[in-house]
Amino acid sequence: MAGIVACGSFVPRLRLGRGRMAEAMGWLNPGLAGLEGERSVCSWDEDSLTMAVEACRTALANAGSSSVERLGFASTTFPFADRSNATVVATALGLEGSLRTLDLGGSQRAGTGALAQALAECDAPAAGRALIVAADRRLARPGSAQEARYGHGAAACVVGAEDGIATLAGARHYAADFVDHYRAADGSFDYALEDRWVREAGWLELVPKAVTPLLAEAGVEAAAIDHLVVAAPPGTAPRLAAALRIRREAIADPLEAACGDTGCGHALLMLAQVLDSAAPEAWILVVGFGQGVDALLFRATAAVAGPRTVATVAATLAARTEETSYTRFLAHCGLLSPDFGMRAERDNRTAQSVLWRKRDAITAFTGGRCRACGTVQFPPSRVCVNPACRQTDTQVPHRLADSAGRIKTFTEDWLAYSARPPLIYGNVEFSEGGNAFIEFTDFAPGEARVGAAVRFVFRLKDVDRVRGFRRYFWKAAPARKH
Amino acid sequence: MASGIRDKVVILGMGCSRFGERWDCGADDLMIEAFEEAVADAGIDRDRLEAAWLGVFYDEQNVSKSALPLAMALRLPDIPVTRVENLCATGTEALRGAAYAVAAGACDFALAMGVEKLKDTGFGGLPERTKGTFEDLWQPGFTPPGAFAQLAASYAAKHGIEMPLLKRAMAHVSVKSHENGARTPRAHLRRRITEQQVLEAPMVAWPLGVYDCCGVSDGAACAIVTTPEKARELGRREGVTIKAMQLVPSNGVELSHSAWDGAHTPTTRLAARRAYAEAGVRDPRAEVSVMEVHDCFSITELVLMEDLAMSGEGRAPADILDGAFDFDGRNPCQTDGGLKCFGHPVGASGLRMAYEVYAQLSGRAGERQLPSPSLGLTHNLGGIPNRNIASVSLFGLQRL
Repeated sequence: MAGIVACGSFVPRLRLGRGRMAEAMGWLNPGLAGLEGERSVCSWDEDSLTMAVEACRTALANAGSSSVERLGFASTTFPFADRSNATVVATALGLEGSLRTLDLGGSQRAGTGALAQALAECDAPAAGRALIVAADRRLARPGSAQEARYGHGAAACVVGAEDGIATLAGARHYAADFVDHYRAADGSFDYALEDRWVREAGWLELVPKAVTPLLAEAGVEAAAIDHLVVAAPPGTAPRLAAALRIRREAIADPLEAACGDTGCGHALLMLAQVLDSAAPEAWILVVGFGQGVDALLFRATAAVAGPRTVATVAATLAARTEETSYTRFLAHCGLLSPDFGMRAERDNRTAQSVLWRKRDAITAFTGGRCRACGTVQFPPSRVCVNPACRQTDTQVPHRLADSAGRIKTFTEDWLAYSARPPLIYGNVEFSEGGNAFIEFTDFAPGEARVGAAVRFVFRLKDVDRVRGFRRYFWKAAPARKH
Repeated sequence: MASGIRDKVVILGMGCSRFGERWDCGADDLMIEAFEEAVADAGIDRDRLEAAWLGVFYDEQNVSKSALPLAMALRLPDIPVTRVENLCATGTEALRGAAYAVAAGACDFALAMGVEKLKDTGFGGLPERTKGTFEDLWQPGFTPPGAFAQLAASYAAKHGIEMPLLKRAMAHVSVKSHENGARTPRAHLRRRITEQQVLEAPMVAWPLGVYDCCGVSDGAACAIVTTPEKARELGRREGVTIKAMQLVPSNGVELSHSAWDGAHTPTTRLAARRAYAEAGVRDPRAEVSVMEVHDCFSITELVLMEDLAMSGEGRAPADILDGAFDFDGRNPCQTDGGLKCFGHPVGASGLRMAYEVYAQLSGRAGERQLPSPSLGLTHNLGGIPNRNIASVSLFGLQRL
């Protein structure tokens, strides 16, 4: 037996209205004019890895425990091709150590594949729980249909050998090298094929090859499916439901208007949204598509209605701010190279030996708490910072990532380099005491106030363009209620 | 506690280059310009110098490391030279080295030189640089104006002062310094400005506009110090002596501990207290006749008035607007224009401040001469409020 214990999600705060895209690129693609809604976009300091960390944090919070044995991270847009992205996520979550981490990629099916694999492994003795997360930050050419359709986002699931909120009733897979789109290993953009061919010859032909036998094996009538979770191109899901004889009302919200197709985690994001409000005993069919099909059938348990969800998909979708500048969006995607001035020339070489020594502080945002006087401090050091204590080697690790903070002082710096000026930073007081001099993120100019509540989020700190490295740290963001 | 160096060291001579965008000069030329003046002022043969201290901050970006730039530029006569660096307190550190050597009896004549050649870096403000291999991993990519601007938000919140009023007081700080700078021939910025101009200037780091920020300048300043005995031997009957030199670096409290409110500089308070004690100053507001403080930004000078005990808690904006620190005020501050207008070549600034105090006490300040000043104060704040070096020095006119 295997089931989903909890889900988590993260959609970047910034949303670009499709109307704004039409305004900027309609001269090239008049078809943009009719599009409604908005898509989610990463700010300059967000990528698949940072979104994955945030989605995992909500999943673990919803699970009520961060005890996991395995961590799988699926993406087609990993920031690192050869550095375990999953292990960075694990370290950021404070999970480094006896844990199996694995990156999974290669297709849009990576998210559902990771979920299927994690569930399958629950049958092993003492398998424990697994955390899987899928995130994508796909680029698209300015003015393209993909640019309007895609969003950025992440979703995560905690699974285990338990009923959870949804129990796995069966899974079937089908592999077929159908190229609906592709991206070369060294390419930045997807090359998309004709959407009608993709729908007719791809989705409608291939999906039944996994779903039909799955439903037959499980003894579930297609008409009994309550939720069909499928991240398909616009107009595809109704045709697919009809072909499978699944009720049209069962089609889960594809979130087109709210954030767009967030890539290989999108089916999991839709699943998380379904589970936020599903009724006990509901049948949920999840379909992943990309050079084949993953089909997973779940049945919601009584626990799905329980008061377990501390972070919903609706909450991450509601935490939004309009990206008012199309050119800034392009710049953050690296598709426009504005003059950021001389301060952007700073050498951001990372001393890896320092990062290794200090990874608890930097990647996991762990400070110190003095056993002698109780003082919390960041960064940690061997000598207590409390002037009345100053004892040596009395510090024990104290994770600050999940602490609440309060702005003590701040500025909006228009001189400093930031890819999204002004650079906002200041001093933040932790609720348990202690001070951090730290960058802020997600604050608009004029938004910060002395005394305002903040939470901490994992973000890109600097990009080393010379050596292709990116370094991550935590930033203070406006506190929000889930 | 030790007795300190009060009146054990006499400033025999000082020199200061013209500050500004010295496209015509390298650091070596600036040092020579200041040194020639100091040697003439001291009235000794330059070969009598027995030791020297060189203060330079941005080593990679102007003269490189070590004592060699000074020894070579001045063709010093094979004497020991020490290079010191302590952020914006660098110039004062050079003077402290020379003064301590003389007070200790290690030598009779010592030179302190501070220099910075900033305008070859290509930056409008201070240049970008690494903050350290660990610090770069987590500290904000701050600039100095941004780091100091933070004082304003927390100061306003702490004292319940509305930002428009605080901005007006900050503007008065700059207007006053420009007024003084206009009367200082060697100052970098010599144009008078109005409060309106300050308030309407483009924002650099909220709430600091362009006129809330000091100049970035090239310059050098130096001092030749000796003992009271040697000064008497040279015929001096009266001289400017060092009354106190105190230095306090942060130990991490402002960076990591809750005790700091973000609205004052604890290091300055401690250094001031110690300096007043060393010099025997009981009532600074009544006794200090001239001040040169670290006005890198208007908000810094405002906060410092309280840290140096020149204003009561939360009283600085009112005192500033009342003109307490204007040229004709209770405690004239930045009589030469300060960092704001004389300029801020980092390594030279502490010695430039001492130069102004020395000129005022010696009655040689020309158009901006104060009526019979007797005690002068200099103050540096190196670094940023979160981690800084504060120095407070006192100088007096003394019968020898």
